[in-house]
Amino acid sequence: MNAVVHLSAPRFRGPDLKELVAKTAFGDQEAFSGLYDAVVGPVLGLVRRVLRDPAQSEEVTQEVMFELWRTAARYEPQRGEVLPWVLTMAHRRAVDRVRAAQAAADRDQKAAARSHVPAFDEVAEQVENRLEREQVRRCLQSLTELQRESVTLAYYRGYTYPEVAELLGTPLGTVKTRMRDGLIRLRDCLGVGS
Amino acid sequence: MNAAPDPHTLTGAYATHALPEEERLAFEQHLAQCPACAQEVAEFEAALARLGAAESGRPPSGLKAAVMAGIGDVRQLPPLTGPAERRRGTSRPARQWPKLALAACLALATGLGAVAVQQHDQAQRARSQASSLREEQAAVTSLLTAPDARTTTTASGPAVATVVWSADRGQAAFLASGMPALPQGRTYELWFNDSGTMRPAGLLPADHGQLLLTGNINGAVGVGVTQEPSGGSAHPTGQPLMLLPLT
Ligand SMILES: [Zn+2]
Repeated sequence: MNAVVHLSAPRFRGPDLKELVAKTAFGDQEAFSGLYDAVVGPVLGLVRRVLRDPAQSEEVTQEVMFELWRTAARYEPQRGEVLPWVLTMAHRRAVDRVRAAQAAADRDQKAAARSHVPAFDEVAEQVENRLEREQVRRCLQSLTELQRESVTLAYYRGYTYPEVAELLGTPLGTVKTRMRDGLIRLRDCLGVGS
Repeated sequence: MNAAPDPHTLTGAYATHALPEEERLAFEQHLAQCPACAQEVAEFEAALARLGAAESGRPPSGLKAAVMAGIGDVRQLPPLTGPAERRRGTSRPARQWPKLALAACLALATGLGAVAVQQHDQAQRARSQASSLREEQAAVTSLLTAPDARTTTTASGPAVATVVWSADRGQAAFLASGMPALPQGRTYELWFNDSGTMRPAGLLPADHGQLLLTGNINGAVGVGVTQEPSGGSAHPTGQPLMLLPLT
């Protein structure tokens, strides 16, 4: 018996997002409005999680929405669902923003961040969807500590893997493989993929 | 041994956007050639999206209005469909091709070779030969010689498509070469883009890539192509494969 319960993927009720993206690609503003409603919550949540600053998070969320409008025709449905595509875009922008800020900041701040290494239960804070939060929490819990810290420091804090290695006092190669191992475990636990 | 680390192990760091710029670019080159890594990255992104989706936030009320007001100034990118184009990163629609190039494109599209070129260069001869063309091809040729005829061209992978249109006549024609063959039961459908609402403009014949579009241009801002079930759809059901602006 596997201790981890595989819950089904969350049902994104409401409109067919692929269809909304296709229509948006044609310049359909009404479709884009529906797409906005469907994804803005997760986008803002994720960006805020990475950036922490509410004003900057709004700015980046707005940028992501413009990018969504701009690149709708480049979405490739056969390569995956809409939400991961949008959130990958959002994460990329949030991380770019946080790195730009970090580059300007003192190295001390980075050292101080060590004490802020997020525990897995912190990861699930500020979540509205309790079921989803519960499953994410449980799945993160199934990772080893090093796997979990490597993944969450990169994903929620925007650190590069050399920075993660430095923060955790772990060799570069180890961090790289722990990130991959951790994501494989997470993927399998969440029941994503083939 | 340390000098050349196995690139396959970088999928996790890549999916979390944790690779420094140089390594990211190098890995993207690997990714383009390694289906196993591409698959793994897609799965990791889907898993991470679940983490992201659990972080739902409530957007401030003014944000949507600002976004909706702003998109009018954001130019939308055309679709990418071919691997060659994806590598280049951008497509370059060549507007207003020189007449000879356009005639060559028409020749390719119709499979008539030099005939079309001659038609374009020698209107006189063209008229007599047009009579022997199929009705539709004649109409397209005629459209091409309309005084206000304009063209727009886009390349998408192996396919090159041109729309010729005349606002005076209210007509538009679609000419393409290199369109990938579709599986049984599928067809290419053309659409007039009425500022975001797609109006059916006909199905591309399977045996040649040319179609005089059905219906009047009527202020349409562009022409789009989708793949649809045989017989066509009333509304597009998939991503646009091509979008050509009528501007
Ligand atoms: Zn690989």
